[in-house]
Amino acid sequence: MAVQPIRKPTRLEPWQDPGQKPYVRIEKVTKTFGDFVAVDEVSLSIYRGEFFALLGGSGSGKTTLLRMLAGFETPTEGKIFIDGVDMAGIPPYERPVNMMFQSYALFPHMSVEQNVAFGLKQDGVGKAEIKERVGAILDLVQLGQFGKRKPHQLSGGQRQRVALARSLVKRPKLLLLDEPLGALDKRLRERTQFELVNIQEKLGVTFIVVTHDQEEAMTMSSRIAVMNHGVIAQTGTPTEIYEYPQSRFVAEFIGSVNMFEGRVVEDQADHVLIRSEDAGCDLYINHAVAVPAGATVGVAVRPEKIALSKEPPANSDGRNVTSGIVREIAYLGDVSIYLVELKTGKTVRVTAPNVVRRTEMPITWDDEVHLSWRPFAGVVLTQ
Amino acid sequence: MIDLLRRIGLWGRGVVVAIPYLWLLLFFLVPFLIVFGISLSEAMLAQPPYAPLIDWLVDEDAGTTKLQILLNLSNYLRLGGDDLYILAYLNSVKIALVTTVCCLLLGYPMAYAIARAEPAKRGPLMMLVILPFWTSFLIRIYAWIGILKANGVVDNLLQWTGLTTEPFELLYSDWAVYIGMTYCYLPFMVLPLYATLEKLDPTLLEAAADLGCRPWKAFLTVTLPLSLPGIIAGSLLVFIPSVGEFVTPELLGGPDTLMIGRVLWNEFFANRDWPVASAVAIALLLFLVVPIMVFQHVQGRQTEAGR
Repeated sequence: MAVQPIRKPTRLEPWQDPGQKPYVRIEKVTKTFGDFVAVDEVSLSIYRGEFFALLGGSGSGKTTLLRMLAGFETPTEGKIFIDGVDMAGIPPYERPVNMMFQSYALFPHMSVEQNVAFGLKQDGVGKAEIKERVGAILDLVQLGQFGKRKPHQLSGGQRQRVALARSLVKRPKLLLLDEPLGALDKRLRERTQFELVNIQEKLGVTFIVVTHDQEEAMTMSSRIAVMNHGVIAQTGTPTEIYEYPQSRFVAEFIGSVNMFEGRVVEDQADHVLIRSEDAGCDLYINHAVAVPAGATVGVAVRPEKIALSKEPPANSDGRNVTSGIVREIAYLGDVSIYLVELKTGKTVRVTAPNVVRRTEMPITWDDEVHLSWRPFAGVVLTQ
Repeated sequence: MIDLLRRIGLWGRGVVVAIPYLWLLLFFLVPFLIVFGISLSEAMLAQPPYAPLIDWLVDEDAGTTKLQILLNLSNYLRLGGDDLYILAYLNSVKIALVTTVCCLLLGYPMAYAIARAEPAKRGPLMMLVILPFWTSFLIRIYAWIGILKANGVVDNLLQWTGLTTEPFELLYSDWAVYIGMTYCYLPFMVLPLYATLEKLDPTLLEAAADLGCRPWKAFLTVTLPLSLPGIIAGSLLVFIPSVGEFVTPELLGGPDTLMIGRVLWNEFFANRDWPVASAVAIALLLFLVVPIMVFQHVQGRQTEAGR
C-alpha cells in the first residue's frame, strides 16, 4: 500500500473562494475631519465567521473605520455594505451590529444583569426570555454569580467580560471590538485572547477587532489588515503578514526585523541575488521580484531566522553569510537577543533560543561571530 | 528637629480644619441659638422687645435667690393655630416649587447644550450664564418691573402685535414673581447640572445606541438617571433660598402674594414681635433641613457609586 501524505484539514479560508460573498464590504471609504484624512479610500471584504483584525498605531484610522461600521461616523466618501445592505443613512440603533467599547462603556447606574439585559429590552424581548438569555451569556463569560453587582464593584477583567456579554447577548451577526484587551494586564490578556477565540468559534459570530498590539492580532485573528496613515498597508493571514510583508512599514510594524539595502544583480524565476554593502555580503533569496536589474531594494530578515556561530559555517558559498562583533546581549529567559555590529558598521539583531543555560553559553560580549541564514529567510521589499 | 517640623505640620493642619469650624460656630451656631432662645421668650415693650429667658430672682425678704427659666411655647403654638402662617408657608413652598420646576425645565436644556458644545465654547457660554451676577440683584429686579408693568416692554409688544387691545399688566401678580425668581435662580440650576452633564461619558450614549436604543429613550434611561445628582443639587440650590425669598415677591408680587419672608419681615419690623418672628424663622429652618438631609443622603450614595 502506498503511503499517502497526511494533510491537515483545510482551514476556513473564505477569502480564497471566489464563490463566497463578503459579509462586510467596505468600498473606497474615505473619512476626513477638517483637513485631516483619517481613512483614505479603504476597501476591504470581510467574510462570515472571520476573526478580522485591524492593526495599526494610534492615528492610523483603524478606530475611525470601526466607528463607521457601527454607525457613529459617516463616511465622507465611499460605501459600506453589511450583509449586502448599504449602511448609508442607517443609524447605529438600527444596524445589525454590536460593539464592545475600549472603555467598556458599562452603564454605571445599572447592575451587571441590567447592563446585559439593556439591548434585549430595546428589542422588546419578553421578560422570561431576557432572564434566560442574560443568565446563559453571563455563564458563558463566567460571571454567573456577579449579576447583582454594579460595574464599580468589579475588577477590570470582570468588566471586560460584562462588556463582552452585553455586546454578544443580542446575538449580532457582526461584533466590533475596539481594543478589547487594552485595559487588562499581560497575563489576563493572554488568557482572554484564547477565551475570545473560543467564544467566537462557539457562537459563529464575525468579529472585527481593532488593536495596536501585533501579538494580539497574530494570536487571535484569521486575517489582519495593517493600517498606516488611513491606508491599508497589507491584508493577509498572520503568517502572510509576518513572513511575507509587502512593505518596509509592515515588516517593521510586525515583530522586529533587520533591513539591508542592496542592488539587484540577478533576477531569475526562482531566485534573486542582491549585492548589499550594508550586510557585507551577497543576499540570495529564493523568490523572484519584478524589478529591473540594478534597482535598489530592501531585504528584510527576521532576527530569529539568523544563526549565530563562532566558526564560519561549513560549505558556504559566501552568500547570506556575514560576520561581526557581539555588542549587547539581552537575556529574556526563553530567548536571548544579540546585537551584533557588522564590519560595515550596521547593527544586526539576532534572537536565539536559550538551549543551554545562560552561564554555559558559548557566545558572549565582544566575541567575533558569524551570521548566516537560509535562502528562504529574506524577503525583498520594493516599497 | 524633624519632630518639631512634624508637630508644626500637624498643628497647621489642625488650624486649617479649625478655621471653617470656628466660622460656623461663631456665625451660624451662636446666632442660631440666640434666635432659638428669643423664639422661646415672651414679647414685651422693652429694649430689646422680649423678656429674658433666664432670670435671677433675688428675694431679699425671704433671703432666697432663685434661678428662673421661663420657656414660652406659645409662639410656636401660634404658628400652628393661625391660618396666616400656615398659608404663608404653603404659598412659599408652592412658589418655590414652581420656581424650581421652571428653572429645571429651562436650565436642563441649557446645561445640556453647553456640556455638548465644543470644549472651546463651553467657557464663554458658562460665562454668559454667570454674567448677570455682575450687576446688582436689585437693579435686575427693577429692570423686570420696567418689562412687566402696564405700558412696559411686554405690554407694548402685545398691543403692537394686536394680541391685546387692553393694557396688560403682569406686574404685581404671582406670575411676575415666578418670572423674576426663575430668572434670578436659573444660574444656580445650570451650574450643578452642567457639572454633572459635562462629566457624563458620551460613549455611554453610543453604547446605548449600539444596543438598539433610540436617542430619546437613551436620554431617559442613561442621561437622566446619571444626571440625577445635578438635578437634586440644582433643585435644592433653587428651592431652599426661594422658600425664604423676600425681595422679589416684595417688588414684583401683588398684595395677595403671601410668602413667609414677608410675614417674617412684618412680624419683626411692623409688629416688633421678635419672639414670633424668631419662631417663624426656626420653623422654616427645620422645614428646610429635611430636603437637605435627603440631598446629603443621595449625594453620599452617588460618590460611593462613583468610586
